[in-house]
Amino acid sequence: MSERIAVFGDKESVYGFAALGLDTYFFDLAQDNTAAFRKLCQSQSYSIIYITEAAASFLEKEIEKYRSEPSPAIILIPGVTGNTGEGMAAVKTSVEKAVGSDIFNE
Amino acid sequence: MAVKQVNPTRMELSRLKKKLNTATRGHKLLKDKRDELMRRFLEMVRENRALRMKVEEQLRQANANFVLAKSSMSDETLKAALLAPKQEVYVSTSYRNVMSVDIPVFKTDTRTPDPNDIYSYGFAFTSADLDDAVKSLADILPDLIKLAEIEKSCQLMADEIEKTRRRVNALEHVMIPETQEQIRYITRKLDENERSTQTRLMKVKDMMLQQAHGY
Repeated sequence: MSERIAVFGDKESVYGFAALGLDTYFFDLAQDNTAAFRKLCQSQSYSIIYITEAAASFLEKEIEKYRSEPSPAIILIPGVTGNTGEGMAAVKTSVEKAVGSDIFNE
Repeated sequence: MAVKQVNPTRMELSRLKKKLNTATRGHKLLKDKRDELMRRFLEMVRENRALRMKVEEQLRQANANFVLAKSSMSDETLKAALLAPKQEVYVSTSYRNVMSVDIPVFKTDTRTPDPNDIYSYGFAFTSADLDDAVKSLADILPDLIKLAEIEKSCQLMADEIEKTRRRVNALEHVMIPETQEQIRYITRKLDENERSTQTRLMKVKDMMLQQAHGY
């Protein structure tokens, strides 16, 4: 059983990952990417999907669905446009869910 | 609290006592599970935060390197250089059981063992900045995979903690008090029945004595 790693995001942010041998999928601002992303998640051939924070903000609902599924792991990464703090917010959500409030708040 | 109607019989009483026993034991076990899960979760989430900070900083630098590389090359050359990657990364996922949560463990494998295969282009037409950029990204990859592993684990554990906490609360605040209340009700009812039998017998005895001896 060997799966691949996908990187989903705007072209500028993810093309470098192609060189490393990860599969890159470009996020197209002009159209709805929900279907493309869903297909990626359901294909079973990816166990890790990295998604840029900018792209993730359009697909929150889809990502939320896979939070409690064992696979794939959807991980937010900052894109070329900078860090929006969404990734850390995802960690915070986990803490809030488990503990009841964010105890690492500083 | 509205008590569910139960039959005040001895059989029902012993059934409820057994149920209470099970519920109490289950409650204790689940509480222990919740506490241990929470301890592990907090440990892991601390690691998650530290690793994420590190990875995000590294990614920022890698992205800056790519922007730099792009500035000294034409779009076409860059596209052509990265069009056909030589290397491929495979992941095999195994699962580790932590307090009944299956958390993933990722093991990566590359198609070729040569670490230089990340440079999928000839060095003649590309700038050295691109090499640096690709290298910096390749250096992050192990950390990125570790981050995926830990972050997914945290998400799954958070889910399980929430579920367990609900179960603990349901047992503690609904199931156990309800059963105790029902047991109390049956005990009272049975006692009352016994007392009423007692008095009836005493009354009958009185009446019989009256008839026989004229007391």
